[in-house]
This record gives sequence, structure tokens and C-alpha cells, in this order.
Amino acid sequence: MKILVCINNVPDTTTKIKFVNNTAFDSNGVQWIINPWDELALTRAIEIKEAQPSEIENITVINVGLAEAEATIRKALAIGADNGIRINYDAKDSFAVAYQLAEYIKKENYDIILCGIESSDYNGANVGGMLSEILEFPSVSSISHLDIKEGKLILKREIDGGQETLSTQLPFVGIVQKGITKEPKIPSMRGIMTARTKQLLVIEAASCESLTDFIEFELPKPKAACKKIDPENVRELVQLLHNEAKVI
Amino acid sequence: MSVLIYTENWDGKFKKLSFELVSYAKEVAKKLNTTVTALSIGNVEETELKKLSIYGANKIITVTNANLSGLNNQAYTSVIAEITVKENASVIAFAHNNTGKAIAPRLSVKLKAGLVTAVVATPITTEPFVIAKKVFTSKAYAKVSIKSSIKILTLLQNAYGLNESPEAFNLETFEPILNESMLKTTVLDVNKISGKILLTDADIVVSGGRGMKGPENWGPIEELASLLGAGTACSRPVSDEGWRSHDEHTGQTGKIIAPTLYIACGISGAIQHLGGVSSSKCIVAINKDPDAPIFEAADYGIVGDVLKVLPDMITAVKELKALS
Ligand SMILES: Cc1cc2nc3c(=O)[nH]c(=O)nc-3n(C[C@H](O)[C@H](O)[C@H](O)COP(=O)(O)OP(=O)(O)OC[C@H]3O[C@@H](n4cnc5c(N)ncnc54)[C@H](O)[C@@H]3O)c2cc1C
Repeated sequence: MKILVCINNVPDTTTKIKFVNNTAFDSNGVQWIINPWDELALTRAIEIKEAQPSEIENITVINVGLAEAEATIRKALAIGADNGIRINYDAKDSFAVAYQLAEYIKKENYDIILCGIESSDYNGANVGGMLSEILEFPSVSSISHLDIKEGKLILKREIDGGQETLSTQLPFVGIVQKGITKEPKIPSMRGIMTARTKQLLVIEAASCESLTDFIEFELPKPKAACKKIDPENVRELVQLLHNEAKVI
Repeated sequence: MSVLIYTENWDGKFKKLSFELVSYAKEVAKKLNTTVTALSIGNVEETELKKLSIYGANKIITVTNANLSGLNNQAYTSVIAEITVKENASVIAFAHNNTGKAIAPRLSVKLKAGLVTAVVATPITTEPFVIAKKVFTSKAYAKVSIKSSIKILTLLQNAYGLNESPEAFNLETFEPILNESMLKTTVLDVNKISGKILLTDADIVVSGGRGMKGPENWGPIEELASLLGAGTACSRPVSDEGWRSHDEHTGQTGKIIAPTLYIACGISGAIQHLGGVSSSKCIVAINKDPDAPIFEAADYGIVGDVLKVLPDMITAVKELKALS
């Protein structure tokens, strides 16, 4: 089977968020990482390949972005992807990303396409679903368990208060969340060395229109200072929650 | 024209988020001078369906079809697209939960309709259609315009609240056209914990972090939660260690919640944790470290040993309940 993992290049989760003129994200001094859910998807794909080399022929990572995303793609190669692709495009919304991915996937024959459930930057939770609809592939979202046995997929998805086990036809788009693996895989020294020799193909984008426009950004209003209560007088806290905040 | 919403039931009962969605859609519909149509897929009794009209649904469409008993993204998308056309809907809204995230993006492509997820309020303007959504895991907000004629939204839970606006009960059934090619995934088995308050539905959440020291100390958290009718949650290391189950993990990579009251017990308040809880209306922090970042997000705080504070809190809540 051939697996394609879609990875986004996002600011580190501890980044202090700032904007330029309230119209664009200020990327000055920002550290970039693989979107956390995409990293989990990639880790799981590699775990399956390591455990059952005969099941997985190849793991490719793909990113829609500009040249600065290449360090992140290299990191994915260092973690264990076999080859990387960058579609050279500065997407304005999730639809544009999904469209570019679909244009590429149509020409190839991947069995499993994995996406993270959302990106930690614009919190869209869009790309995987959109991609599957453009391709008319089945999709399963909120996947928290993925395995392959004798060429068949075993999937679990999270539902409120529980889990469902599913089967799917291939090719399919799997949209993964946490639980799919324990920890993201950290690149080994050897991984980092071999990543340099792995193929990173840059392809030109197809033309496409976006359906939405980000017009302005805003930071949340600062919160009032925390009211401290004496640990010896917990009753006061309960009174405040009842009379002042009116939440109990 | 109309505003169409997808409501979700849980063993035949609607979730709070569905009533919130109707309330929300009603205000959007008023801005657009139109009506609200609520779609319900699955077996729901009439008395339950009727509740949707209390919050302002002008029409309720039910679909019961054996092929739709489990969530099948492709088939659900097709059904909702059919109804969108039939109802001439210009806005379609979902809850920003697992189901909304699974269907809305597909529907967006099928209808060539712009999608904005995790919206936090009704549109700022309707011509052009501009709406606010959270970005960077609640560290910022963005105003986004939708350029297509049909607009799709997913509403962040508890961002709007409940609002009654009774309408006459008007029920319709609909038989969708489904073909084999849409039925490529199958639900084989469902494993649900019942009798537990769903974290995303809970008005009050009591949450424990590594400061609770170990799973054996969760008794007071559960007791306080049951006294308050609250759900229980935890930080990521707690679920990673297996002290609590994964469905309790809140934060950026876990569940995003926005209860009216969030009580953080022995949680440091790392930015990734806050990402999942910072939209709560009121946050209480109990932590022995006065410099823990959780106090910056909290409205009320106690600097102290959580294992000592919790029993006192339980006593005080019991006293309060006895009085009221
Ligand atoms: C990409 C990424 C994603 C992440 N996503 C999430 C996420 O979704 N959710 C999440 O929670 N974390 C997430 N994390 C982890 C996060 O950074 C923190 O490590 C985690 O939230 C800390 O959990 P904690 O507060 O329980 O533990 P700690 O940070 O260990 O804090 C324990 C706190 O308990 C206090 N304490 C100890 N003993 C007592 C006592 N007796 N009485 C009172 N207080 C006491 C301490 O002062 C301390 O503040 C993520 C990290 C990364 C890198």
C-alpha cells in the first residue's frame, strides 16, 4: 500500500501570536513545526511500516506551501517518510490547499491519504474532508486508531462518550486525532542524515480560486486579574461562585 | 431562502449543542429576513423533535434511512446537499464537533460554498457576509468573509448559548436518494460509555492535572463533579499516563470545551492546555505554585494543596446545596 501524509507547516504551539496591521500573521522570529496532528498521523504510518514492512510500499509527505516550509518537510523525512513533495503555492484558505492536493493525488495512486484533524494555526478542520469530496473518496474523521491486517484497514473513530470501529473501501482519506499513537516520533541522528539524501520534489500549483477571505485579526481582550482566596477559607470561594459569578 | 441546521441526537435525544444551534440560527435568520429549517437524521420521537421549535425552528425535516444509521460522511453530505437545494438554503450551520468537522468540509466542496469553521458569533455583516472565528487555538480571532452565495458555518460550542423563540411545530419527512457508491464506509461496532455527563455538554467541568499525584486521588474530583452535576476532565499528561481515559483530555490536542465553570485542580496552565479551556466563562484554579500560569487565565484562585482544598470545597458545596 502507498500512504500519503499531508503535513502543514505551523508556528510552534508556544508562539506568542502577533499580527502585522491586524491583517496578517507576524512570522517574525517564529519557530515552525509540523502541525501536531499531522505529526501523529505520520508517526502512526511509520509505526505500521516498521512493524509490517510487507504491507506498506511507501510513505510520502506532501505540503502546500512556499520554500520556507522545506525545513518542516525535511523533518518529516528525518522522522521516517520516504520522500517529500511541496506544491509551490501560497494558499489563502483551506479550499485552496485541498484543491492543490487533489490535483496532485488524481494523477497518482495512493491507497491511504492521511490528514490531521485540524491545523493549530487557522483551526480550520477542513482540508481532509474537502479533499475527500473533491476526489469522491470515502473519508473517516476523528480517527484514534489505525492498523492494517492482511491488506485491510482497521479503524476506530472517537464519538462523544465512546468509540466506533469502522471498515472502509480504499482509496480513502483518514482524518486523525490524538490517540492514534502515543507520542510523535523524534528523528534519530541517522534519520536526520538520510533525510538529506531523500527526494523532495517541488511541483508547480494549478490555478484555483478561494471561497473565503481572511480580512482582519484580533487578539482577545486582556482578562481581569485573578481573585485569590485564602486556602483556609474555601467556603468563601464557593460563596463567590454562587453569589458573584453566579455559576453554581 | 432559509437557514438550514444539522441537529444531532444521542440515542434519540438532542444534545444541548443542537438547541444552541437552533437559537443561533434563529438570530442569523432574523438578520437575513428568513426562516430556520432543522434537519434531524435518525429515530427521534415527536415530543423530542418538538423541542427544536421552542428554540425557533420553523420547519423540522426528519430523515430515517437504514443506510444512515451510522455516520457515513459521504452519504450524509449527499443528503444534506439534497435538502439544501430543496429548501433553497443560503446558510447551513453545524456544531463544531466531530460530526460537524466530518461533514461540513465535504458539503462545502459539493455545494461550492465557502466554509468558516469554529465561528464564535452571528455574522458581523451579511452583505458582504463577514463572520468571526477563533484562530491559533483561541489565542486570536479572525474576521472572515465568505464570497460564495451559499455559506457554511460550524459554531463553536457554548459560544452563543440557549435562547427560546417558540414557533409552530411543523414536521416533514424526507426520503433521500442514496446509491451504493456513497456507502463505502461501514460502522462495525459502537462502544459507548453511558450514564456519564458528556464533557462537551457539561455546564460545569472539574478537571485534574499532574498535581493530583495519581489516579488514586481522583475520588474528590468525582465527588465534587457529581455534587455540581459536572463533567470530569484532565490535562494531557494525566491521560497519557493512563490515570484517566483519553476522552477526558482537554486542551489544544484534546477536547476544546467552553463550560460556564471550569475548575482546574493541580493543572499548571500550559498554553496548550489553556487553548482548550480558555473560552470557559469562569475559571477557578487550585494550585500550590503561586506563579503557575493557570492563575493568569483564572477568575478565582486558591494557592494551596489541592488534596486539602478539594475536601473543604466539597463540604462547602454541600452546605450551599443544603441551604438552597
Ligand atoms: C504540541 C503539544 C500539544 C499539547 N497539547 C496539550 C493539551 O491538549 N492539553 C494539555 O493539557 N496539555 C497539552 N500539552 C502539554 C502541556 O504543554 C503541559 O505539559 C501539560 O498541560 C501539563 O499538564 P499538568 O498541568 O497536568 O502538569 P504539570 O505541568 O506538571 O503541572 C502540575 C501542576 O500541579 C501543581 N501541583 C502539584 N502538586 C500540587 C498540589 N499538591 N496541590 C496543588 N497543586 C499542585 C504544580 O504546581 C503544577 O502547576 C501539549 C504539549 C505540546 C508540546
